[in-house]
Parts: sequence; structure tokens; C-alpha cells
Amino acid sequence: MSVFKCPECGYTYDEAAGDSHEGYAPGTPFESLPDDFACPDCSVRFKEDFEEA
Amino acid sequence: MRGYTATLATGEAIYYVDRKRWLWTMSVLYPLQPLLGVWLHAATGAQAWLLLPLFLGYVGIPVADWILGEDRNNPPEEVILQLDRDRFYRVLTFLVVPLHFVALIGSAWWAGTQSLSWWAFTGLAVVAGITSGLGINTGHELGHKKGRLERTLAKIVLAVPVYGHFWIEHNRGHHRDVSTPDDPASARMGESIYKFAFREIPGAFRRAWAIEKDRLERRQKSVWHADNQILQSMALAAALQLGLLIAFGWKMIPFLLVHNVFAWWQLTSANYVEHYGLLRQQDEHGRFERCLPHHSWNSNHILSNLVLFHLQRHSDHHAHPLRRFQSLRHFPELPTLPSGYFGVYLLAYVPRLWFRVMDPRLLALPHINGDLGKINIDPDKREKIYEQYGNMSDATS
Repeated sequence: MSVFKCPECGYTYDEAAGDSHEGYAPGTPFESLPDDFACPDCSVRFKEDFEEA
Repeated sequence: MRGYTATLATGEAIYYVDRKRWLWTMSVLYPLQPLLGVWLHAATGAQAWLLLPLFLGYVGIPVADWILGEDRNNPPEEVILQLDRDRFYRVLTFLVVPLHFVALIGSAWWAGTQSLSWWAFTGLAVVAGITSGLGINTGHELGHKKGRLERTLAKIVLAVPVYGHFWIEHNRGHHRDVSTPDDPASARMGESIYKFAFREIPGAFRRAWAIEKDRLERRQKSVWHADNQILQSMALAAALQLGLLIAFGWKMIPFLLVHNVFAWWQLTSANYVEHYGLLRQQDEHGRFERCLPHHSWNSNHILSNLVLFHLQRHSDHHAHPLRRFQSLRHFPELPTLPSGYFGVYLLAYVPRLWFRVMDPRLLALPHINGDLGKINIDPDKREKIYEQYGNMSDATS
């Protein structure tokens, strides 16, 4: 389980925790987020921009 | 006045004082403008005072912007973090939230309980609406933040202009799609503000609803569930407007209709001028380039910025959507509007004049340099615009 970080605003997606507000259950791999996934906080960085923290 | 110490990259120690610190209280007090008119009407008996805020907004502020000019000061990058963390600025955005409710309820009370002529009644409703439109600006500043309190306050204040979907639409929709042909909140070259309004108002609502529906579906909930953040704000708006109807009677029906339309119109006006004609380029896979500073129009006019929480420093806002208002920066060589928002709104309301002033400005931007292929053009006006400006690229290259 890894953590991925938005390089613009610092939002982190922790695979172990998921993101309940956004509807991603704990254990959801970053890979399986939708292709058009945008950062839930700033919306100006996308899935391919995220960096593994 | 409070200051911040930092060390520049050069090793030089600096002490920075934000000279606008206390001037930002203008953004907090400005939404009380309808009550200034009410007070003067009560004191003098002359109904015309109720229209004073229209004069202040559309004559006073543009003239003051012209006289006072631009503010090109930036906080040094090294103090931004301290400036962002200073709670003083955050508290200002909290304080203005109840004032938006006070302004609407006070105006409704006066319209509902006084014998006003039809023009004074309508004028007061327009003033109240325009002021509630500022509530969208307050909701904008709050809704971009990560804190739960700020996000909740955003939803609450957006009930005043009945624009509960704005928070989702703007953050998750507009910021993602800005300055692309499909963004209902980015105006196209040749598109008048009146045509734009019919694309923007329904388009923005549909986009917000779709985004929220997707989120709730992922959570296995119906879009009508109480967790729908649009419905939460709209429920508060319904309670507020129903309360006014019960308290002040049938007169609230025309009052609130005019109020709501003008509140929405304020956002339409802002959206119209902020990205007019600007277009992000696509790569070979059709993916739009990242939103860059030259994809927003800006104004550095000081007074209009001081009553709008720096909204007019729009390029930096789109580059860093979570950056707090006090820290937004000016950059040279950005697309620049000829006046602050209040002045350019008037220009936008006369489309022929708007096109005459803004189309040459758009074409002259360094990254466009007359190339119509780099402009977001209204498809209905494409032929006419190519006829009028089509040879400019050859002429300037």
C-alpha cells in the first residue's frame, strides 16, 4: 500500500485509507482510480501528475 | 502593524509588512452597502438613497480605480507561508458570512414593510441581489480551502445567492476545464454576455450535479441523499427565502425573484470577463495543456481588489487555487483588463463596445499574436471573426 501526493496542493491519497468522502473504499489502489481522476482539493493536477510519497 | 521575517534566497534577511492588512476589512464591510441606502432613506425620507450602492459600484469604484491606479506589490515568496497561516485574514472571511445574511434580511425587511415606489422597490431588490452576488465571492474564497469549517461556511454563505452548486461546480468543474471550449464558465470570443449567460447558468448547474452524482454513486448513495452537498446548501436557501416570505408577505415574491437573478448575474459577469477568448492548447493526444498564467484576465486595480478579496489577481488563483487571498501575486505581462471588474462589467453589458475594446486586446496578447487558432471562438461567430481578423496572423508574423 502506497501513498500518492498532489504536487500542487499536497493532498495525499493513501491506498490503505482510501478517501471516504470521494467514495474510494480503504484498500483501493491508486491504479484503479478513474483515468480522469483530478485532485479532490485543487482539481488542477491529475492522476498522471501525482507522485508516490 | 504585524510583520514577518524571512531570509531571501540571496541570504538577505527581510522584514515584510502587509500594508493592505487592515484595508482588507473593506471586503468584509462592502456587503453591508444595501443597509447604507436603507439608513439614508430612513434618515432623509428620499427613496433615491436606496440606489446609492449602484452609483458607488458602477461609478464610484471605476472612477476610484482609475484615480488610484494599480497595485503591483507582491509579498516575497519567502513569507507566503507565514502570510497564509496568519489567522487574521481567515477570520475576515468568517466575519463576512453573517453580514451577507444581515444585508439580505435587512433589505427584504425594508422592501416588505415600507411603502416604496415601484422603482425604489425594484432598485433595492437589484442592490440586494448584486450584494448577494458578492456572497458567491465569499463562498469562493472559503470553498477553495481544505478546512472543514471553511467548506461548511462556504455552503452556508452560498445559500444567500441560492447558488449552492457553485462550490462543486467551480472547484471541481471550472478549475479543471477552464479556458477550454467545453467549459460553460469560460466565455468565447464573439459571444455576448447575454448569450453566455444562457450557456453558463444551466451548464454550470448540470456539471455540478453530474460531479456530485458521480461522487455519491461511488458511495452507493442516491443523488437525492442528504449527503448531496448541493441539496444541503439549497435546503438552507429554501428555508431562508420561505422565512422571508412568511415574515414579510407576498411582496417577497417579486423581491426575491429580482434578487436571485441579479445575484446569479454577478457570477455570470465575473465568469464572462475572467477568461474571455482564452484557450489552452491541446497536445497530440487531445489533452489540454495545464492552465497557465496567460489563461486568465487580471486586474491590479487596488480598490476593486480590496472589496473583492483579490479575486482579480486571477492568474495566480488558477495556478494555485488553494492560495489565500492575501497571498495572491501580480505578474508582469499577463492578460490585463482595462479596469477593475466593476468597470469592465459595464463594458460587457454593451457587447459592441466590449468586442471593440477586448477583441484587439485578446489578439494582441504575446502568446496569441493575431493567431485565431489560439483563441476560444464562438462557433456561430467563427466565420465572421475569420473574415474580420483572419489575415492578422500573416500580418504580424
